[in-house]
Amino acid sequence: MSDTTIAYPSSDPRQLRSTTGAAARSGPASKRVVTGYGFWIFILSDMVMFSAFFATYAVLLGQTAGGPSGRDLFDLRNVAIETGFLLASSFTCGLASIAAETRSAIWFQLAMAVTCIFGLGFLAIEGSEFASLVGRGAGPTRSAFLSAFFTLVGCHGLHVSAGILWLLTMMAQVFAKGFRADIQRRILCFALFWHALDIIWIAVFTVVYLIGSAR
Amino acid sequence: MTHGQDEVLSRADVAPGDEQAEGSVRLRVLGYLTGLGLAILLTATSFFVAGTDLVWEPSIPVALVVLAIAQMGVHLVFFLHITTGPDNTNNVLALAFGVLIVILVMAGSLWIMANLNHNMMPMDQFMQMQR
Repeated sequence: MSDTTIAYPSSDPRQLRSTTGAAARSGPASKRVVTGYGFWIFILSDMVMFSAFFATYAVLLGQTAGGPSGRDLFDLRNVAIETGFLLASSFTCGLASIAAETRSAIWFQLAMAVTCIFGLGFLAIEGSEFASLVGRGAGPTRSAFLSAFFTLVGCHGLHVSAGILWLLTMMAQVFAKGFRADIQRRILCFALFWHALDIIWIAVFTVVYLIGSAR
Repeated sequence: MTHGQDEVLSRADVAPGDEQAEGSVRLRVLGYLTGLGLAILLTATSFFVAGTDLVWEPSIPVALVVLAIAQMGVHLVFFLHITTGPDNTNNVLALAFGVLIVILVMAGSLWIMANLNHNMMPMDQFMQMQR
């Protein structure tokens, strides 16, 4: 059977046989794949960096220098709310990715705005938690345990802050430039970043808060 | 196009985070909803296990770590769309290398520091020697 039926991309959703796909695959991978893969490598190296902070925290968990321990300090109800916010924002970020691929500007802006609100809510709770810890004399200078705690959780919070700035930038760029190919690549990278932050938060609430308040 | 070429083409890569499914928007939203549901279930179990007296206490940290790893898997599959398909080989290999380094850093640090702690002189004796 002859394979000249390649001009029907609709019957070939993965574009495995389309001519453009063939052209892209005979040479280097498409720009979207190269960009996404490069950013994936960055995310993995970011996780390696976080693993060092996690190792530090785990080693210093008992070194409270006579000060308060996790059991005295952590409010698990707040942590549960933070977790819910970040999880919901990850979900709406996924909806924004779908909206970007279907080129629906309204749904994209709406999903990104909801993602932003959940992210800001997360940061607000984390900020008030940090402020109350410092106010109670349990700041990062109190003990090695608290230094490790503020470094690890604060580093994740900084990532979320940077993510929100990026999110607002993407909303503005889609508004001003539309769904161009380069904007789509940035949206892909942003989605990777945001979902990766949620994965790191799983480790944070498990290791720092749940295991940390058990002892 | 020959079948040989066809085989080569089907091994092309897909960007991490990109979904290969050809499904409708409804199906893709359903995929994210499934991930959200599983993640909520695992998170709720984690918080329940941490606060309960029903489970043998020394097993709680292990159970929490297992639940966390399971939830990370759910996020990777349903939110980041990392699959075991041939178009994802590069993404999975990079992830595997990252996981290897993460395990080495964490397990290695804990092991070495526990050893040092065990072998070190208690602090008060050390202070006396300094005099």
